Amino acid sequence: MKVLAIDTSNFVMGISIVDDQAVKGEIITNLKKNHSVRVMPAIESLLQECDVKPNELDLIVVAKGPGSYTGVRIGVTIAKTLAWTLQIPLVGVSSLEVVAANAKYFDGLIVPLFDARRGQIYTGLYAYRDSILETIQEDRIVLASEWAKQLKEYQQKVLLIGGDGELHKQVFIEELGDLAQVAPPSLHNPRPSELAFLGMNRKSEDVHTFVPNYVRLAEAEANWLARQRERVDE
Amino acid sequence: MEKDLLVLGIETSCDETAAAIVKNGREIVANVVASQIESHKRFGGVVPEIASRHHVEQMTIVLEETMKQANLNFSDLDAIAVTEGPGLVGALLIGVNAAKALAFAHQLPLVGVHHIAGHIYANRLVKEMEFPLLALVVSGGHTELVYMKEHGVFEVIGETRDDAAGEAYDKVARALDLPYPGGPHIDRLAQQGKPIIDLPRAWLEEGSYDFSFSGLKSAVINTLHNAKQRGEIIKREDMAASFQASVIDVLVEKTVQAAKHYQVKQVLLAGGVAANRGLRAALEERVSQLDGIELVIPPLFLCTDNAAMIAAAGTVLFQKGKRATMALNANPSLELA
Ligand SMILES: [Zn+2]
Repeated sequence: MKVLAIDTSNFVMGISIVDDQAVKGEIITNLKKNHSVRVMPAIESLLQECDVKPNELDLIVVAKGPGSYTGVRIGVTIAKTLAWTLQIPLVGVSSLEVVAANAKYFDGLIVPLFDARRGQIYTGLYAYRDSILETIQEDRIVLASEWAKQLKEYQQKVLLIGGDGELHKQVFIEELGDLAQVAPPSLHNPRPSELAFLGMNRKSEDVHTFVPNYVRLAEAEANWLARQRERVDE
Repeated sequence: MEKDLLVLGIETSCDETAAAIVKNGREIVANVVASQIESHKRFGGVVPEIASRHHVEQMTIVLEETMKQANLNFSDLDAIAVTEGPGLVGALLIGVNAAKALAFAHQLPLVGVHHIAGHIYANRLVKEMEFPLLALVVSGGHTELVYMKEHGVFEVIGETRDDAAGEAYDKVARALDLPYPGGPHIDRLAQQGKPIIDLPRAWLEEGSYDFSFSGLKSAVINTLHNAKQRGEIIKREDMAASFQASVIDVLVEKTVQAAKHYQVKQVLLAGGVAANRGLRAALEERVSQLDGIELVIPPLFLCTDNAAMIAAAGTVLFQKGKRATMALNANPSLELA
């Protein structure tokens, strides 16, 4: 089974080819460069290097967000289009979960996070139980300070993981003290091979209705809904 | 006999998700447009982030419908053409990346198309082009006079220096409390009113084919404001008729002057505003007085954004050897060249 995994949810661009249990190739960069220009050339060259033709692929796995709206959409659009036109299954995996998978041997709670500006983060709560990654709390957007308070109640070791961890670690250390740890830089980038393995045994999506998990509404839509509610209250 | 050339076109530059297949650059085999206009109406205009989200939801559905309508496989196609710009960047990105994925999956040539080139080539789905020709492109985002002496070569001889004509329509419609999009409402009211209000016409310098509509728009808003302060009532129908007369006068006069100067064989009308009845009628009347110049106006469904026009323009560019790589990007301010 040949799997192509694509992750463009943040600055990290990740592409991998996994063949059954073997990771044939991975491309990972962490650059502020344009995904739209680089993703398809990366897929093209990786498949060529790995001697895999597009029509030999069996499964597409894509990181479905949260993250940069535009970034996630580029990966999801490519994944949906490839899966549809090659008539193969498509699986979407949380972009945060992919990062959490890097903390395989951590005994405690795993907190992947991406900066979401104005003190907010995209995050979720994960843990490995019997070497399976479990979701303890769903992905969300939340104030880092608010999230730190919620995590404190678990009274367990917490690992912050993801490139934006440095940006917010102080907030967590203040709240959690010694219980908070920050993963080393080598674990921050999501690995597209982990993405492939996470997606491999999951139920596939309906290609047409599959959409990114933005976690929040578009601003215009949120404002519009608020106005509708005001009108009802009046 | 040469083999038929089949090109799949994709267009997502604004608020329509569209795909189409065109044969030999002239014949529509399939044409699918999913409009988002109902979703954007509540915001009074197109919201870019919402548009991008809808494109992701619609893209593969529209592609599937297109292939089904055409009853073709990807192996039957010769190339894939996609709008690379101008437009909303987030919206363009969906079409561009879907097109790249398809081209890669089936190892098909990929061609990037300028949105305005698409609008102009919509005419070729109605009538074969005869060069030299002049195209008047009028839409929500564009007001341009484009001169073509051969296929695939575009020379912009006039463009708007501020608002596009369609933009002015939307703003004036708002001032008249008409719903979005305003163009069709103004056109309708204009048929019922009289152009009795004196509004400016921006001719600009002698010999210029450029346009300017912001002064006109401000004049409408000021006239309405002043009348209100004086307690006078201006009939909306008359204001619509007067505004439309001013826009059309300038568009038609400049088009006619340019058509004479460049001694063209055809004048093409393109873009969403080509649906405007007043503009069509005025252009028909004036061009019919010119000897040996034919006026071509595509039917409404080819004037508004669609992918058949992109496939049609893409076919010509493909034949001229234009190719894009997997690094093709969306370019929101792409120049027509
Ligand atoms: Zn257009």
